[in-house]
Amino acid sequence: MRRIPLGAALGLIITVLFFLAAIFAPLLAPYGMAEVVGGVWEPASDKFWLGTDNIGRDLLTRLIYGGRTTIFIATAATLVAFGVGTALGLLAAVLGGWADQALSRFVDLVMSIPALIFALVVLSVTPTTVLVLVLVMGLLESTRVFRLSRAVAVDITVMDYVEAARLRGERRTWIIFREILPNALSPLVSELGLRFIFGVLFISTLSFLGLGVQPPQADWGGIVKENKEGIVYGIPAALYPAVAIAALSISVNLVADWVLNRTSSLKGGRG
Amino acid sequence: MTQLLKIRDLKIGATVYPPGEPTRWMEIVKGVSLDLEKGKVVGLIGESGAGKSTIGLSALAYGRGGVEITGGSVDVNGRDILKIRPGALRKLRGAEVTYVAQSAAAAFNPARKLMDQVIETSLEHGRLSKSEAEARAVELFRTLGLPDPETFGKRYPHQVSGGQLQRAMTAMALCPGPDLVIFDEPTTALDVTTQIDVLAAIKTAIRETGVAAIYITHDLAVVAQVSDHIMVLRHGETVEYGETDQIINAPREEYTRALVSVRQIEHVEKGPGTEPVLKVEHITARYRGLPRDVLHDINVEVYPGQTLAVVGESGSGKSTLARVITGLLPPSEGSVTFDGRTLSSAMEGRTREDLRQVQMIYQMADTAMNPRQTVGTIIGRPLEFYFGLRGAEKKRRVKDLLEKIEMGDGFLDRYPAELSGGQKQRVCIARALAAEPQLILCDEVTSALDPLVADGILKLLLDLQKTENVAYMFITHDLATVRAIADSIAVMYQGQVVRYGPKTQVLSPPFDDYTDLLLSSVPEMELGWLEQVLNTRKMQSAGN
Amino acid sequence: MGLLARLLAQRIALGLVLLFAASILIFVGTSLMPGDVAQEILGQSATPEALANLRAELGLNEPPLTRYISWLTGVLHGDFGTALTNNMDIATSIGKRLSNTLFLAGCAAIIAVPLAVLLGLIAVRFRDRWPDRLISTITLASISLPEFLIGYLVIYFVAVKLRWFPSMAMVYDGMTLAQKLNAVALPVLVLVLVVLAHMMRMTRAAILNVMQSAYIETAELKGLKRFTIIWRHAFPNAVAPVVNVVMLNLAYLVVGVVVVEVVFVYPGMGQYMVDHVSKRDVPVVQACGMVFAFVYISLNMIADIVAILANPRLRHPK
Repeated sequence: MRRIPLGAALGLIITVLFFLAAIFAPLLAPYGMAEVVGGVWEPASDKFWLGTDNIGRDLLTRLIYGGRTTIFIATAATLVAFGVGTALGLLAAVLGGWADQALSRFVDLVMSIPALIFALVVLSVTPTTVLVLVLVMGLLESTRVFRLSRAVAVDITVMDYVEAARLRGERRTWIIFREILPNALSPLVSELGLRFIFGVLFISTLSFLGLGVQPPQADWGGIVKENKEGIVYGIPAALYPAVAIAALSISVNLVADWVLNRTSSLKGGRG
Repeated sequence: MTQLLKIRDLKIGATVYPPGEPTRWMEIVKGVSLDLEKGKVVGLIGESGAGKSTIGLSALAYGRGGVEITGGSVDVNGRDILKIRPGALRKLRGAEVTYVAQSAAAAFNPARKLMDQVIETSLEHGRLSKSEAEARAVELFRTLGLPDPETFGKRYPHQVSGGQLQRAMTAMALCPGPDLVIFDEPTTALDVTTQIDVLAAIKTAIRETGVAAIYITHDLAVVAQVSDHIMVLRHGETVEYGETDQIINAPREEYTRALVSVRQIEHVEKGPGTEPVLKVEHITARYRGLPRDVLHDINVEVYPGQTLAVVGESGSGKSTLARVITGLLPPSEGSVTFDGRTLSSAMEGRTREDLRQVQMIYQMADTAMNPRQTVGTIIGRPLEFYFGLRGAEKKRRVKDLLEKIEMGDGFLDRYPAELSGGQKQRVCIARALAAEPQLILCDEVTSALDPLVADGILKLLLDLQKTENVAYMFITHDLATVRAIADSIAVMYQGQVVRYGPKTQVLSPPFDDYTDLLLSSVPEMELGWLEQVLNTRKMQSAGN
Repeated sequence: MGLLARLLAQRIALGLVLLFAASILIFVGTSLMPGDVAQEILGQSATPEALANLRAELGLNEPPLTRYISWLTGVLHGDFGTALTNNMDIATSIGKRLSNTLFLAGCAAIIAVPLAVLLGLIAVRFRDRWPDRLISTITLASISLPEFLIGYLVIYFVAVKLRWFPSMAMVYDGMTLAQKLNAVALPVLVLVLVVLAHMMRMTRAAILNVMQSAYIETAELKGLKRFTIIWRHAFPNAVAPVVNVVMLNLAYLVVGVVVVEVVFVYPGMGQYMVDHVSKRDVPVVQACGMVFAFVYISLNMIADIVAILANPRLRHPK
């Protein structure tokens, strides 16, 4: 962790701030999450820094709590995706043979249907609880993580140093954790960032479509849905989440790019 | 004689991006001067990083990938091409000066027929009409010894062999009738036996067209066959510049002398021992999914503390033999006996002790070491794994090993990326030695290295053989290496051992056809060797 | 049969297998979820009679395999069954909406594809200089926002503030083409923005990859004109990757269209599907899922076929 380029440093700081805001939302938010505190769509004022929403709740409060929900779901889904995806991906690469074939073909199949369409199909019969959302998003995303981790691991397993370890008689666990994983980590960390962003966009989209987080819970996509009628009257309440989402995703992108570049320029270098 | 090319005090630099360090400017060529008369050939020779390709490309006023010419002058036919307009430069490139790349396979456009590409410059620069250009191309194909010269051009690049593509690229460079051709390691990527034929074809073509050439290579023996003058380069500076005869027979500089005497290691063959440490009997093997056997009925033996060299070109099955011995590829027939006991055919069935006794060193030291582990970890792991050494004891032993490979303990905490090519290979040797094996399989361990560095590695391996009494199975395509290190030799061709025995016996006539071809493919450091060898050969190389 | 024909046949067969497998997946996804679908649809307060009726109507009492086979047979004959919510024939409803969706996506594609290729070329031509950086910054920003937010940003600024185009995209029979185009201007703009970013980035990468190959250096050292190099040496090799990129992004467009239709209240497939997902109208969702999967899988297949056809090694075997 020597010199971090300015962009990546900025990205890192903003990302951390977002997560802190999500964790400490109840302390930061000026009002209660579902508390009606003013009139409908009041303009920004000292009292309501960003104005109020379609039923008179403080928008800043909604945004902070919304971020908490969105970031929490996206994080949880990303963890599920990585847990399942990397475990199966590495396993497929190390085992090879029919296990690899079966897993890879199944993932091809799931990926042959667009993720959003698949999610819609599944959500038409399942209850829209947070747990279901996390699982559906996480499992759909895990297909992409599987592909990447498998590809990276396959590239590494054909390296002579892995062969050397096998010839030495090392166990499979040593080979996975000491030879493959340390070298697969950087592309995976970078992918972690991209998948997280995708999770934020995905859950926002689902909530916007009314199929994600259910009211009165606040989340960024839901805020847009609740306030979209205001737009035709020139009330920008629905657009604030755009700023939040853009800021978060650009920040994470910058960090992910840096992680990837740092390591690809380091092909066979130190970490 | 008229002056064609005059390079004066050429300075070239590039921006480099070392990992984890700030971007910096690096000088690649530091004031080199060179003269070339019409119809003459000058050879540029040096190790990788000597700047020879960069100088060659400067005759086209071209800097590859961020390389910039910062000073000096390059005069072609009396004008400084570093100062002419882009339009004039375009007229020079491909017409007055042309280029033959190391990898013709990559340098040809895969989507267009060879003929279209060969005659393209002649048409673009308005030098010849289409039918004239095609006639000339066919003529050149014939001169260069390509099969079916009339129809050869109708093929696509992927439809012909590597040796043929390299000749086609030479035809492409010669077709517009240039004054100067830059040959940038044109035979380096080819198989040994093909290399000499292509070299001869290039030489014939140069002589018949009367073109001048810059011939770039890292192999002094190769350049001695084609050039009138030789310039020896090191770290972007001229070490020595003179007539070929003088450079080869009376080098003035220490560095040139070292290059000339490369691979002349004295090695007296040891007589066969009583009991072989490794016995390979009737091995036949094939890869899953492939119809043909890659190895067929192989029988060889390695004696304790001795070296068996397995020699052959790529595809001969020599590396596959190593895979069979290690158990990575279980054979379909035959057995591997080590120290009197038959080894399990698959690696999984071998004991830790069996695995310890046979170690392996790879061609590419880069990929043979985990980039995330330090030298200390890499060498220390076998100590820990096989002998249970820990802590200070392990560290002391690692230092011992570093001493043996002539590297200090300052390297303990370095990562592979921080080592030079030769140092990397030395660490791999130390890792193999750490297991205290009776046999080390060396798979082309010197072929990715510069000649002088390779020499150092060979000497080290020989010294270690004496002190550690370890046996080597040395896989290589290079007969010069074989001469330097072997006690016995197995010549492999198309999956079979065609000649096998003690070194002197294998290397003495009468030869079978293939061994003759192989032996005659090693360029010797003497003038006129090429012509002589081509006249006495019995067999054609596979690249034809 | 030649190698090329064999590869093509293989790829088409794979497409068919994928479609078949996708139908199973969609069916399984909707039919075999844990819990009682009828209960989910009617909610906790449903009477036992209503539940029993719905189960019978959905065929839930029959074994899954029987249900799947009868459903698939229907689909293959163009019969998607009837919607639970309004008892209308699904195939009829989809027909109309599908053509609306294709119109929208088609307009977006006609603008986005040439623009993306052009911008990609500009980015490559001025690599690492300001035009390249500008393009890549803007596209990065647009990748970082979900489609629906780009939609509302466009509505807010172009429809509400500038009042150039209507904020809702109503189309109905009897509209002239000009009226229709005016109506879909904003959704098309949004789709273009969304797809352009991805398409342009991938095009740039594809062309750069070709421009960095050794044969382009050869062409440069032959003293060819820049245009000749691009036209004769880069273009024939860049076609396949670029067409591939375009096809993949058109497939992506299919997904983008779902959200954009909801934003602009456009009467297309996406709107139809989302509506019926919230109403838990399973047959409609299955039908829409199949249609989207069909389009997506077909476009991916075409992308691969183009790549196979453009490969000189396969076209001119040894």
